[in-house]
Formats: sequence, structure tokens, C-alpha cells
Amino acid sequence: MSNTSTPLRRFWTEFRENKVAVFALAVVVLMILLALFASVVSPQNPYDLANLSLMDSRRPPGFVGSGGYTHLLGTDPQGRDLLSAIFYGLRISIQIGLAAGFVSLTIGTALGITAAYLGGRIEALIMRLVDLQLSFPAILLALVMVALLGQGKAQLVGALVAAQYAYFARTAYGAAKAERGKDYIEAALATPLSGRLVVWRHLLPNCTPPLIVVATVQIANSISLEATLSFLGLGLPVTEPSLGMLISNGFPYMMSGRYWISVYPGVALIILIVAINVVGDQVRDQFNPRLRK
Amino acid sequence: MLGFVIQRFLQALLVMAAMSVIVFCGVYAIGNPIDIVLPPEATQEIRKQTIRRLGLDRPVYEQYFIFMGNLLQGDLGRSFVYNIPVLELIGGRLPATLELVLISVISATVLGVSLGIYAGYRPESWVSKTIMAVSVLGFSVPSFWVGLILILFFAVNLGWLPAGGRGETVAIWGVEWSFFTLDGLSHIVLPAINLALFKLAMMIRLARAGTREIMLTDTVKFARAAGISEVTILRRHLLKLISIPIITVFGLELGSTLAFAVVTETIFSWPGVGKLIIDSIAVLDRPVMVAYLILVAFLFVTINFVIDLVFALIDPRVRHGAAA
Repeated sequence: MSNTSTPLRRFWTEFRENKVAVFALAVVVLMILLALFASVVSPQNPYDLANLSLMDSRRPPGFVGSGGYTHLLGTDPQGRDLLSAIFYGLRISIQIGLAAGFVSLTIGTALGITAAYLGGRIEALIMRLVDLQLSFPAILLALVMVALLGQGKAQLVGALVAAQYAYFARTAYGAAKAERGKDYIEAALATPLSGRLVVWRHLLPNCTPPLIVVATVQIANSISLEATLSFLGLGLPVTEPSLGMLISNGFPYMMSGRYWISVYPGVALIILIVAINVVGDQVRDQFNPRLRK
Repeated sequence: MLGFVIQRFLQALLVMAAMSVIVFCGVYAIGNPIDIVLPPEATQEIRKQTIRRLGLDRPVYEQYFIFMGNLLQGDLGRSFVYNIPVLELIGGRLPATLELVLISVISATVLGVSLGIYAGYRPESWVSKTIMAVSVLGFSVPSFWVGLILILFFAVNLGWLPAGGRGETVAIWGVEWSFFTLDGLSHIVLPAINLALFKLAMMIRLARAGTREIMLTDTVKFARAAGISEVTILRRHLLKLISIPIITVFGLELGSTLAFAVVTETIFSWPGVGKLIIDSIAVLDRPVMVAYLILVAFLFVTINFVIDLVFALIDPRVRHGAAA
């Protein structure tokens, strides 16, 4: 095979050297699969009220419930099998994280590159706004947005996007500004190619590495932010609990020693977020030219 | 230098004005506070009266100008729910939040920078790898979950430390502080650790990244060639060079920790401003929300202003860049 030198191949060869990062990537893939096939792998459909029995509520891990099977991680206050609830919760958390991540990536990149490409008044306007927003913590913006927009999946994604697009805009702007000044862009602009084509073909592709890094980190952040908002009672409606909501539901029972309701969804959440961050870290190191030997 | 200060000051004023408009309009678009203020059985007459008394029958821009006029005279309005001046309400809760935030950020910075420099100076040693692994955890794990685990472990299982509240306080110059009593200290430990953990991870990463890059520069090579001892290089050259990003982050983190305290205060029932704002959002207490957000905006603008000034003092390039 002669294509061992495609950038992707080279990237993967280098990535593979870090065993921890490979393991983390495997974990991320596994969790996405579990979320996708939640209805297949879960012993119970936790949203189907007919399946739930209050007789089974708040039972410790290993309890054999009225359904005739063992609740490996115990049950929650509504009598849901916690393992199933975690798989379904994972699905919601990942959905929200990906949706918020991609929408903010699109909006942020568009704004950042527009600012860098056009320059002048528009650049000043966009970047002032972005800098202003960046000086406020994401959690606070998200909190206010959720209060403004109300509860629901779309509203939550909207709040997360409002809190996070600025990071992408800053990164895209920084990268595009640096590329914009280089000779190859000037050369491309000197040809009869349209400005739009130069942006799509030349400017945008050269700005992607830092954006990929920010995207991984921000997806992890949105998942964590969503969990935090849900924990504070400002996230999703209780009928379809995300991981954060599951943790929140278990909090009142923790003082009496029923730790599992809060702890296990939390463990799932953390494994997911840590794994994404480890992958993101490795990608960042690989893209950082200053660390090259 | 004076020109630079004036320019930044005017910018800060402009930002504050813009923020006040955004916050005001944003908050006033939410729900109808009348439903919260009045019992459902209130007559139409009483409803009308209340709406007029709260000034809710005027157009939004008029409400804004009234609000701004009062604000400039130091009056932020009265809480719908507690019916006391908002400033008094927030002022009463502020010391609790401030002492929690200050303790967390200062300890996180001191510890984080030391660990980070070590991890950057000897990136291959197992100690550094452990530090970095822990920092990834601190960075990734949502702080509310850490709070739960701290409570579960130290308060429920071991019973060493209290799970919530402020404990005994001492009044100094009329302000209540937990920091100066043993009982208060025992109450502050868990929330402070909870709040500091994320900042600690951030400081470690920042100091490590800076150290790794600077140790490869010519400055350090020349210093070594000149026979300057490693300790002196670290203290004199490295610390100075990494201090700029660290000061920025310290300032910004001070503000964002105030915001993050919302979560920690909710978990540990710490009676600070964060708990107040969550409660106010839940009951749509508009004056409290507006006042809190404007105060936070003011805080951030002030912090950014101060950071700019400190930069200009440390780094002459910033000064000249602005003058040019």
C-alpha cells in the first residue's frame, strides 16, 4: 500500500503510539454504541411506566426485582432499573452534547472566518461581541439562557450553543487571521477564483486542526454543562432523565446511605467525559507544532 | 500610559452600558412576575394596582430608563419575594460567597502553579504523569458530582465534616465570617475543596504548558550556558515568563469561580449569592436577577480592566502596542 503517507494515516500512526489515548477512544466508541443500542442492551425500558413498579424502588445493587431479573446497579426512586436508566440517559447526554457541539462549531466557525476574511468594521463588531461573551463564564450564560428559553431539549441545546459558540469563533478567527496573511492565500486571491471558493478550498481546510481540538473539548463540556444544569433543576423535563437528572434524583437519598442512585450515573458521566478529554488532549499535542521534535 | 488607561476605561464603560441593556431586556422577556407576587385569588383591581405599583404597565424602554436612573443613585430596586432592597439582600449574602471563592482560588493557584512547573520541568517522571492524570480528572469531572462524592465520603460515611451550612460565624466590622471560627472552618473545607479542584487542574495545565515551552527557548539555553543554577533559572526567568497567562487566568477565574459558586453553594447549602440567584430564577424574582447579573458584569469588566493595567505594567509591549 503506497498511501501510508496520507495525512490521516500519519495521524493515526502517531495517535496509536499513545496507548492511553487509544484506550480512551475505544471507551468513547463503546459508550456511543451503548447509547445507540440502549433499547437492545437494557434489561428494561425505563420510560415505559407499565414496566415500573414502586415495589422495586430504591433497591440496592444486586436486588432481584418483580421483573424477575437482577438489578445489577440497583433501582432509583421511581423503581427504574438503574443500569437501563444509565444507558438511556447516556443517549440523551450524548445527543445534547453532539447537537450543541456541532451547532456551535458551525456558527462559531462561520463568524470567526467571516471576521478574519472581511476585516474592517465587521471584524471589529464580531470579535468585540465574542470577546465580551468570552469574559463571562459559560455556566452563567447557560443558566441565564435556560431561564430565558424555558425547559426542553431544543431550548437546552440553544442555551449551550449561546454559551459556547464564542470559543469556536475565537479559535477560527485566530487560525484564519494567521492564514489570511500568508502568501498562498494572497496568491489564490490574485487569481480569478472567487473569494468564496478561496475561503472554502484554502482558508477553511487550513483552520480545521485547532477547531477539531476545540470541538472535542467543547462536546465534553456541553455534556458536563447539561448535567450541571439538570442537576440544578434547570435542564430537561423529568420524564426523560439525562445522566445529570438521574444524579439529581438520587441526591436526597444519599444522606441515608442509598449512594448508588447518584453515584453510578455519575461514574458513567465521568468515564465518558474523561475519555473524550484524553482523546482531545492527544489530538491537541499532535497538532501543536511547538512540541514537535 | 495615561492615554492607555483612559482608552481602556472608556471601553469598559461602553461594555457596561451594553451589558445593562442586554441583561435588562433579557430578564424582562421572561414570564410574568405578577403570578408570583399575587395569590391566584387576587381580584382584577388588586392585579391592576400591583402592576402599576411595580411599574410593569410602562413600555420596556421606559422601565429601563427608570431602572438605570435608580441604579445610578445606588438603588437596584426591591425584591418581589423578600420585599427588601435588592442591594441589601445581595450584600448580606456576599461575604459568604467571597470568603469561599477567595480561599478556593488562592489555594488552587499556589498549589497548581507549583505542581504545574514541576510537571513541565520533568515531563517524563512518573510524579509528573500522576499530576497530569489527576489534573485531567479535575478538569473533566463535573464539579457537582465531586461535591456529592465529598459529602458521601467525608460527611455521610466518615462523619468527619459537616455536609452543609456555614457553621458558627464571627462578626468583624459588622460582617459575618466563617473563616475565623473552628466550626466555621470545618464547614468551609468541603465546599472550598469542591470549588478549588477545577481551578487547580486549570492552573496545573497552564503552568505546565508554559514551562514546557519556555524551557526549550533560547533564554533558558543562554542562562544555562552562562552557568546560572537551575533553581535561579526557574525562579527568575521561568516564573516571570509564565506569570502573564497565570495572572490573566487568576483574574478571570476569580470571576468565573464566583459564577461557579452557584453549583457548589447549591450542593452544600452555602447561604451565598449563588444560592440566592438559583432561588430567584426558580421564582422569577426579576429585580434580584437583574441586579445579580449587572453586578457580575460589573465585576468582570472591572477585573478585565485591572488585568489590562497589570499587563501594561509588566509587559512594555502591551503599552506600546496600544499607543501605536
